[in-house]
Amino acid sequence: MSTVICKQLSKVFGEGELAVHALSDIDLDIQSGSFACLSGPSGSGKTTLLNLIGGLDTPTHGEITVAEQRVDRMNKAQLANMRLHHIGFVFQAYNLIPVLTAQENVEFVMQLQGMHHSQRAEKSRSILNEVGLSGMENRRPAEMSGGQQQRVAVARALVSEPDLVLADEPTANLDSHTAENLMDLLVDLNQRHGTTFIISTHDKLVMSYAKRLIKMRDGKIEDDGSRQSVS
Amino acid sequence: MTRYSFGTITAMLTVIAWRNVWRNHRRTLIMLGAIAVGVWAMIWLTAIMRGMVDQMITDSIKNLIAHVQIHAPAYRDDPSIANSMPAPSDSLQQALQDPAIQTWSTRVRVPAVISSERESAGVTLVGISPLREREMLFLAGAVTDGRYLQSPRDDGVIIGAKLAERLETRLGWRIVIMSQDPDNDIVDRGFRVVGIFDTEMEATETSYVFTGLQSAQEFLKMGSQVSELAVLTNDYRHEQPIVDKLRDAAPDLEVLPWQEIDKYLATMLNVVEGFVWVWFIVVFIAMSFGLVNTLLMAVFERTREIGLIQALGMKPRLILLQVLIESFFLLSVGLVFGNLLSWLSIIPIQDGWDISALGVEGLEYAGMSTMLYPVVQASDVILSNVVVIVLGLIASLYPAWRAARHVPVEAITRI
Repeated sequence: MSTVICKQLSKVFGEGELAVHALSDIDLDIQSGSFACLSGPSGSGKTTLLNLIGGLDTPTHGEITVAEQRVDRMNKAQLANMRLHHIGFVFQAYNLIPVLTAQENVEFVMQLQGMHHSQRAEKSRSILNEVGLSGMENRRPAEMSGGQQQRVAVARALVSEPDLVLADEPTANLDSHTAENLMDLLVDLNQRHGTTFIISTHDKLVMSYAKRLIKMRDGKIEDDGSRQSVS
Repeated sequence: MTRYSFGTITAMLTVIAWRNVWRNHRRTLIMLGAIAVGVWAMIWLTAIMRGMVDQMITDSIKNLIAHVQIHAPAYRDDPSIANSMPAPSDSLQQALQDPAIQTWSTRVRVPAVISSERESAGVTLVGISPLREREMLFLAGAVTDGRYLQSPRDDGVIIGAKLAERLETRLGWRIVIMSQDPDNDIVDRGFRVVGIFDTEMEATETSYVFTGLQSAQEFLKMGSQVSELAVLTNDYRHEQPIVDKLRDAAPDLEVLPWQEIDKYLATMLNVVEGFVWVWFIVVFIAMSFGLVNTLLMAVFERTREIGLIQALGMKPRLILLQVLIESFFLLSVGLVFGNLLSWLSIIPIQDGWDISALGVEGLEYAGMSTMLYPVVQASDVILSNVVVIVLGLIASLYPAWRAARHVPVEAITRI
């Protein structure tokens, strides 16, 4: 079963002579439970592709289906609902709301979903424990390291049990040891929860964890292979 | 589709908004200071202004105007003895028993000439019932030398200090007053000066000479006739029902409220009412520039954060709501400090503020006292608070709208 299907997906920024073709005719099918990496140099279109799949931006042309729903046909409110219920995000930086504690950040999405307080508290503590942050529930982002902040972001992305987690360069601001720990965590969560992960990166360490590695260049998929194809 | 739990969402937005307000302490405190000073300016200065006008009206009302006057129809055009009126009829006396009437009194008030051994001057001779006039007329509290009149039969006169100086007379000396009787014959009589009064208005001191009502009636040979009937109600702002009632009770007489007797005073009151609105709006506009700027800066600084919460599924209208809640907190806390500041600055002067210490001179010529009593009206306090909250939230719609219209992907990638 597919979690993400992209057909003839294109994204053009600007118009006329200034037009930039960020993505050109992308066809992609991501199966449920996948742990896929989008790799490629800067400007290859991996972040643009993640943004389109996540409903943060709209395609110029083509179709996107996430969890059996046509994302490209949705209005702003429908996209917000889609992101709220079906997609978890982990960004490169500025992942957390600074004025909220770790637990409040994790509960944020569940609050938007209207979940009851007791249920939220139980789930948030459980997932923070799972990502190794037990005892840090009341710390604010400024009181945590970069790695710990990324773990909180991962916990938030997973706590509402989305169909898909999109991570854009999640290890870019982390040292190699912390990055490795984070990737171990993501793989573990992928295996235990069965959540589909799509991670954009140009970090070879991250690529080494991918079950499926999709190489991009100039807005096109250059290679869509297994981890063994990583050189 | 999501079914938002309004309570849960509002609680979350409230927590985030409150903490956001305190993210930049210095900016927040400056904004709170601006709101507090603005609210203080609205309440305190309005209280001072109302106090000045209230004092002016109260003083003027005690200066022979009263709240309501009743005359013979032609008296105002020609205030001579020929236009006097009979003592109040039974129906009029019954109407004067209304609980909204504090007191009333009849007066004789005619033009006259007063002469001493050396000088003479044109004045208005006023015959009064001293006890009834105690609350209605300034005279009882203004006698600085000698005594106040003791009864309507008292045939002594009280004159102003300036008039005494001009006539070169003094307490205990005799003066001669000359006027006309109802037959237009000249009448004159000697009176002894039993009191000297002192007021802040020189014109009052030189214009009026007071004696007992019956003494004046006898001197002018007018029997029980009077020039006017003055009425003091419980509140000068609500005298119209009494005017209507008295007009019904005395259809042949002219019944006038103080606003028609002294149109300048009435205009002053209306100007103040209008000025309060203008003042509130001007202060608010100055305040709103700071508020909008503060919120715009806060929104601009949090562009990426707003993109993040949009990415997590927060709808634009909730982002708009969050900024409005932040604005509400700023305005509310500012209002608390502003009201407190107003209260603290009014308490020390509530028993009177002598503004002559500020070098203010010449107020007496405008009919105003140098002692100022602030008047805080609940409606002014409520109005200033409502203006700040309602217009403040309306002004905040712009930065809130700016925040809500961010495109998530652009906001997240903003450096």
